[in-house]
Amino acid sequence: MRALLLIVFAFGLVACGEQEQVVIYKQGKYQGKPDTRPWDSEPLAAEYRGSKWSKGDRASWEEQIKSRQLAQHEHKRIYQ
Amino acid sequence: MARMKFLCDAERCIECNGCVTACKNENEVPWGVNRRRVVTINDGVVGAEKSISVACMHCSDAPCMAVCPVDCFYKTDDGVVLHDKDLCIGCGYCFYACPFGAPQFPQAGAFGLRGKMDKCTFCAGGPEADRSDAEFQKYGRNRLAEGKLPACAEMCSTKALLGGDGDVIADIYRDRVVRRGKGSEVWGWGTAYGPGKPGAQPPAPQPQPATKS
Repeated sequence: MRALLLIVFAFGLVACGEQEQVVIYKQGKYQGKPDTRPWDSEPLAAEYRGSKWSKGDRASWEEQIKSRQLAQHEHKRIYQ
Repeated sequence: MARMKFLCDAERCIECNGCVTACKNENEVPWGVNRRRVVTINDGVVGAEKSISVACMHCSDAPCMAVCPVDCFYKTDDGVVLHDKDLCIGCGYCFYACPFGAPQFPQAGAFGLRGKMDKCTFCAGGPEADRSDAEFQKYGRNRLAEGKLPACAEMCSTKALLGGDGDVIADIYRDRVVRRGKGSEVWGWGTAYGPGKPGAQPPAPQPQPATKS
């Protein structure tokens, strides 16, 4: 009975999994040129609004993008 | 892991086509190619007209990727669906597969020649050096590599069109819906796209009780 429950749980949780969806450079997946990642670029000059991340640091780039995303929220933009 | 998505609030879109213009201007998209367009349903029906801005939705399980015979599509770490124009043969399979009509084909040549496919890149360029001239010529501006969001979403005057990580923009939209003073009835197909029958009108507003002054 216990083994049966374990099997049911294992199958049930399969739907909760998430496959990595990023590009895999192998035959039958993507045949083109490899692309560079946005956080591997130098930030723009400081006078451009919101160019605050360190080259190669994904976390800081995501913070930068998140601040731009939240700027779309007019309530937060107005009341802050 | 961010998953870049667009979300269009049909209650707010005023069909100004500012997103279409912003996209064409930012990416210098040629004539005949519309990476983004505004679709209006129940056009002219008072109270039932809804507009929504549509482009590539950067599907999590993208059908264009599945049908491409030369495997020119790829998905970035941020969930943006891009393609390599050097590989594209312009067959148009992706156009038939896409439920949003996102893939576009320039028809500048003779005899109805169909060029290489062009579509919304979420302002993320393509497989060329980031922010290079080659990338701009083929795919348009790479705003993500500049720390910015797509021009269409950032230019939207009513903020109907939101762009960014699916979780973040869903939170913004949810907060907005709650502030509208309506409850769960504003969610779902009926609210987003109006009454089910063609030409049907939304229910008449209830008369307000007279107030004593």
